[in-house]
Amino acid sequence: MTESINWRERLNPVVLDIPSSGIRRFFDLVSEMKGVISLGVGEPDFVTPWHIRESCVYSLEKGYTHYTSNNGLLELREAVVRDLEGDYNVSYNPLNEILITVGVSEALDLAMRALLCPGDEILIPEPSYVSYAPCATLTGARPVYLKTSVANGFQVTAEMVEKAITPKTKVLLLCYPNNPTGATIGREQLLEIMEVVRQHDLIVISDEIYGKLTYTGKHTCLPSLPGMRERTILLNGFSKSYAMTGWRVGYAAGNPDFIAAMKKIHQYTALCAPITGQVAALEALKNGRSQMNKMVEHYNRRRRLVLQAFEEMGLPCFEPGGAFYAFPDITGTGLTSEEFAEQLLKESKVAVVPGNAFGGQGEGFVRCAYATSVEELSEAFQRMRQFVRRRLGRGKILTGSFGKSESVKEGICKTS
Amino acid sequence: MKEILEILKADGRITPRQIAIMLDRDEAEVAATIKEMEEKKIILGYFTLINLDKVKGERVSAIIEVKLSPQREVGFDAIAERIYRFPEVSSVRLMSGSYDLSVMINGHTLQEVAYFVSNKLATIENVISTSTHFVLKTYKYHGTILDDAEEDRRLVVTP
Ligand SMILES: Cc1ncc(COP(=O)(O)O)c(C=O)c1O
Repeated sequence: MTESINWRERLNPVVLDIPSSGIRRFFDLVSEMKGVISLGVGEPDFVTPWHIRESCVYSLEKGYTHYTSNNGLLELREAVVRDLEGDYNVSYNPLNEILITVGVSEALDLAMRALLCPGDEILIPEPSYVSYAPCATLTGARPVYLKTSVANGFQVTAEMVEKAITPKTKVLLLCYPNNPTGATIGREQLLEIMEVVRQHDLIVISDEIYGKLTYTGKHTCLPSLPGMRERTILLNGFSKSYAMTGWRVGYAAGNPDFIAAMKKIHQYTALCAPITGQVAALEALKNGRSQMNKMVEHYNRRRRLVLQAFEEMGLPCFEPGGAFYAFPDITGTGLTSEEFAEQLLKESKVAVVPGNAFGGQGEGFVRCAYATSVEELSEAFQRMRQFVRRRLGRGKILTGSFGKSESVKEGICKTS
Repeated sequence: MKEILEILKADGRITPRQIAIMLDRDEAEVAATIKEMEEKKIILGYFTLINLDKVKGERVSAIIEVKLSPQREVGFDAIAERIYRFPEVSSVRLMSGSYDLSVMINGHTLQEVAYFVSNKLATIENVISTSTHFVLKTYKYHGTILDDAEEDRRLVVTP
C-alpha cells in the first residue's frame, strides 16, 4: 500500500504564500499557440558574440572544468573592477570586495539573506522585476512598495522614500534602467534620494543589470555618488549587456565584511558560479566592448521604431531611456492589462506581458520587449495596430503621450 | 551616411522612413542622402542574397588565380577590364602576393567553366598563367552563414 502525503501541508508556509508568477500563467498560454511573435521575452535576441563562445570552447578543450574559488576567478574579479573603474570611476578591491555569483539572481538572494531579518522592511519600487519581493519575503522581511507611475517617469523620488520609512526600514532597492518600464534616473534625483538614505542610515541594493543599455543621458552607477560606495551593494552581470543570459554569471560589489557574509551563504549553497560562464564573462570584459556597443546601437534604433509605432497606433508610451522594454499605457482600449495581453495573443498572435505581473502599479500597461529583429517588430506592430484600432475609444479618453520624445520629428509622424 | 549604409547593408528593403526613425533623423534628409550615395555610386545596387545550393539546376563556380605581365601605361587595369566584361565573371580583384588577379566565375557545368578558362581567359595577351580552383561548398557568403543552425531558442515569455 502506498501512503499518500499531502505535500502542501508540509510546505513552509512562507513558500506556500508566495504567489506564483503572473508571467508563468501567461507563458503557458503562449506556449500552446503557433505563429506567435513574442515581445514577451526579457532577454536579448542576440546570441552571445562568437568570440565569447569560442573562448569557452577553447577553455573546455584546455580542461577548465573544475570549481573555482568561492569568490570566482580572480582574473574575472580583476576585470570587473577595471570595468567599474573605467566606466563609472568607482574602485573596488578585487580580493575582498567582489563576489562572482550565479547571475544577478543569486546575488540578489544572497544580499537579501545576508541583510534582512524577519520583520525588517525593504523598500521596493513598483512596478519592478518580479524577483525582488519574493526574495525579500523568503527572508521573513516585509516588502514595502514605492509606487512609481508614468506621471513621475516611473522614478522613485526622495519624498516617496521618506514617506515609506519606518523604524523597521533597513534597505532600499533600486533598479535603473528599470525592468519593466525602461525608466532611467538622473544623477540629481539620485542625489536627493541618497540624502534621505543617509539621514535614515539605510543600505541600498542597486540592481544595475541594464546599466550599459542606456540610450538617453549617461548611466549613474550608484556607488559612484559621494558617500554611497560605503552603503551600496552593487549588483550587475553579463546577461543583458553581453547577451549571456544562459551562462549564469553576475556579481556583487560592496563592503568587504558584507561580501564575506554573502560569500558564506554562497559557498554553502552554490559553491561557485559555473567556470564555463566565468571564463566566457572574462572574455566579454576583455574583448567584448565593440560588439556590446553594436548591440546597444541596435536596441536604440528599435526603441525609436517602437516609440513611433505606439504613437501611430494611439497608445501613449512613456519614453524608455534604457533596458529593452517599452511600457505603453493601454487604458484607452478599455481593457485591463491581462485582458489586453490575452486578447492580443488570441486575436493577433502577439505576446506581450501584462503590466500587473510587475506589481499593482503596472496595471493599465503592458511590457513589450524590443529585443527582437526589426522585421519581427514591424510585423508585430502591424498586428497590434489593427488590434488597437478595433478597440480605441472604448475606454477612457486618451491623455496624450507621456514623456514623448522631443526628438521624434513631426515630418515622420504624419503618415502610417 | 555610415549609419545609413550599415542599416541598408543588413536589409536592402528597409524604407528611408524606417531608417529616419531608427536614427532619429529627418526622412527627407535620409532619402536625399541615399539618393546622393546612389548617384555617386557608393550604393551600387540592391540585390537579393540567394542560397544557390537550394535552387534547382546544375551550377559550378571557380576561383581562378591569374598571373599577368603588366602592360605599359595602363598596368593591370586594361587587362582586368577585358576579363571583367565577360558576364560569366562575377568578381575580379587585383591581389598582392604570388598571383595578380583573382577571378570568380560562375557557369552551369564544369565544361563550361573549363572552356571559358582555356579559350577566353588564358588566351588574353599578357596572361601568363592561370590556376583554377573549383568551389566545392560555400559556408558563408556576403557575411551570411548559409545553413545557419542558430535560431531563436529563447522561451516565449520570460520576466
Ligand atoms: C532587473 C533584473 N534583475 C536581474 C535579472 C536576472 O539576471 P541574471 O540573469 O543575471 O540572473 C533580470 C532578468 O530579467 C532583471 O530584469
